[in-house]
Amino acid sequence: MNKEEMLAMLLAGGQGSRLGILTKQIAKPAVMFGGKYRIIDFPLSNCINSGIDTVGVLTQYEPLLLTKHIGIGIPWDLDRKTGGVTILPPFLKKGNEGSWYSGTANAIYHNIRYIDEQNPEYILILSGDHVYKMDYSAMLEEHKKNQSDATIAVIEVPLEMANQFGIMNTNEAGRIIEFEEKPASPKSNLASMGIYIFTWEVLKEALIKDNAIHSDSDFGKHIIPDMINTGKDVYAYHFNDYWRDIGTIEAYWKANMELTDTVPIFNLYDEFSKIYTNIEHQLPQYMGKKALLHQALISEGCEIYGQVYNSVLGPRVIIEEGATVHHSIIMADTVIKKNAHLEKCIISEKSQIGENTQIGVGENIVHITKPYIYSSGITVIGDNTIIPDNITIGKNCEIGGHTLPEHYPNGKLESGHSLII
Amino acid sequence: MRAIGIILAGGKRNTLGVLTKQRNLAAMPVGGSYRAIDFALSNLSNSEIKKVAIIAQYSARSLADHISSSKWWDFGRKKTGLFLFTPNMSSQEGFGFKGTADCIFQNIEFLKKSNEPYVVITSGEQVYRMDYEKVIKYHEKKGADITIVCKDMNSYNVEDYGVIGLDYDNKMIEFEEKPLNPQYTTVSLGIYVISRELLIKLLEELEADGRYSIVNDIIIRYRKKLKIYGYMFEGYWRSIRDINEFYRLNMDFLTPEVRKLFFKTYPYISTKAKDEPPAKFNSQVHATNSIISGGDIINGKIENSVLFRKVFVGEGTIVKDSIIMEGVTIGKGCVIENAILDKQVFVSDGQRVVGTKDKIILLEKRNIV
Repeated sequence: MNKEEMLAMLLAGGQGSRLGILTKQIAKPAVMFGGKYRIIDFPLSNCINSGIDTVGVLTQYEPLLLTKHIGIGIPWDLDRKTGGVTILPPFLKKGNEGSWYSGTANAIYHNIRYIDEQNPEYILILSGDHVYKMDYSAMLEEHKKNQSDATIAVIEVPLEMANQFGIMNTNEAGRIIEFEEKPASPKSNLASMGIYIFTWEVLKEALIKDNAIHSDSDFGKHIIPDMINTGKDVYAYHFNDYWRDIGTIEAYWKANMELTDTVPIFNLYDEFSKIYTNIEHQLPQYMGKKALLHQALISEGCEIYGQVYNSVLGPRVIIEEGATVHHSIIMADTVIKKNAHLEKCIISEKSQIGENTQIGVGENIVHITKPYIYSSGITVIGDNTIIPDNITIGKNCEIGGHTLPEHYPNGKLESGHSLII
Repeated sequence: MRAIGIILAGGKRNTLGVLTKQRNLAAMPVGGSYRAIDFALSNLSNSEIKKVAIIAQYSARSLADHISSSKWWDFGRKKTGLFLFTPNMSSQEGFGFKGTADCIFQNIEFLKKSNEPYVVITSGEQVYRMDYEKVIKYHEKKGADITIVCKDMNSYNVEDYGVIGLDYDNKMIEFEEKPLNPQYTTVSLGIYVISRELLIKLLEELEADGRYSIVNDIIIRYRKKLKIYGYMFEGYWRSIRDINEFYRLNMDFLTPEVRKLFFKTYPYISTKAKDEPPAKFNSQVHATNSIISGGDIINGKIENSVLFRKVFVGEGTIVKDSIIMEGVTIGKGCVIENAILDKQVFVSDGQRVVGTKDKIILLEKRNIV
């Protein structure tokens, strides 16, 4: 029987509800990032760059785009005769039993049969929520050296932010003695990155045991605390490079903006750990006669006739003449018509912004019904959205669908409002 | 599957100077993201011709690198695929191909083992978009033995081409290779449709006679014996035959018509995936009427130029009317004008590389200025 040393299981079923309309019809891991990429490209590319060629991708929420993006794994060289990439959706069992994935560990539990077929010694659990480059093989070396049952990648976060993370308290040897999920008064600043390596035999037993107790079995809430409490060897693996949790609109926007710095802290340009993505049509970019660009990232097939400042553009975006784009993220196949003016906004895929339309003007009022999503002054436009000509849109707005002039009283959408058709 | 494809990537042209010193003509970079052969490969694949042989004589390495995986053009199927044929050491006499017909004859097994009725022959250094299925249909309708794709070059100087004379029905009545005094303005594009069995028969006859050329020994010699028809092609077509043509071909991509034809018309032209990150523009960059590619980092000013992938342009530098190939680094405060910089050229700070419209400056691969 074929034996894989380490198999990766990538949890890609999350909705990412704090990303608002960006994840309306798209699973969070399929949201575009850094111009041409989708978030899942980072863990997938890390896998192949770390020598892991067997990856199970667990999907659940809005899997269409994600499944199409991954295909048979060609862009990541994951089209293999043995191993390769396998999409693992929730499924029905005989007698109509079975259920949706109800927790991170529950999702893995339902796929024990797939994992056993690959017959791995170790299993790497990843999520499709983070942007980083990491060599998982170095982490595996440490797992083996410590003879651990579980190794958890940790990163130091500012202590005042530690209450937003799962915090690990370790002894001098790096062994985790306590795990606290979002603690009110954190004892350390070592945050879990949601990247785990388990010895499969140990995890399998834990999954079976925990699923009998918790119907929403979760790594952070159940499996890892239980392993620590029952005296299993759980070690921390320190990571101190670029890593971003982009779960909120503001964090997502900031992480994109960082890429436009003259020397960005996250290097996409090195040759040795490239990030791969599925791009069917490899076009160059065209800059028209009046194009002006300042601190901008421009992807394949873009056509720029206007001005772009401190912005990140996905593939095949068109910026027409006289249009100006400031501090914005524009995703694939979106068109910004003549003399439109964008300030601090995120526009999702296949959308169109009308002529002379202005976005991101006026007072910074938090969203009236969703202040927990839209509060940082960023206006977000969903995918396949049309905004007509001559409209003025405020800050912290949310717009989705084919909107018409009559949807905008006095040609305006005030700050902090939604318009979803 | 009605046809198999043959791409001739054999010729050597000294008119391209150092650009083809180590590079096959078919591997010449085009339009920011492509190699010349991508156009023939994509045209074949898009015409549902999925079994293709590339026959290369010189510098096949550059080509083999580009086509190391056939998946980008969708050729990697169980019964089809992409085949690269280079001269074989076991050839009876001498080493290498003796001509366009001989290079196919030496790989005649490829023809014999196939069962598709037709063969489409094209060459690797031409940039055009064509549905060969239309040519095959025309070939059948005319009941032709050979169909040659032709183009009316109008006032263009055709002395360096195969000039073809057609009758009212587009049947070929005359063919002159590189005529001193051309009688017609229509030229052969070197793209042929012929039945596979007839091609095998002709190649075997030629070889027995010690003849090796498609043009001289098939088209011209058999012009009265076979029914040879011309298929008039009206679209954009350019062949990389010298430095000027190469320069103009790349500059054509700055026109909306050419970009529309190759970038925006489905089915698309495919090329090997390179996975470069988005192009990055730093402080106040004016980039006007230019092609920019993935992995470029631009700090200077770009005007009427074509930049291939992974080009670095330093602050205060001006790049104008130039073609800058993959991996070129240009320092700060340089002036690059009317120039072609081959791959990985390094221009240090403050240098001037300035040619004129009539004399384009050419810097060889890995040159350091």
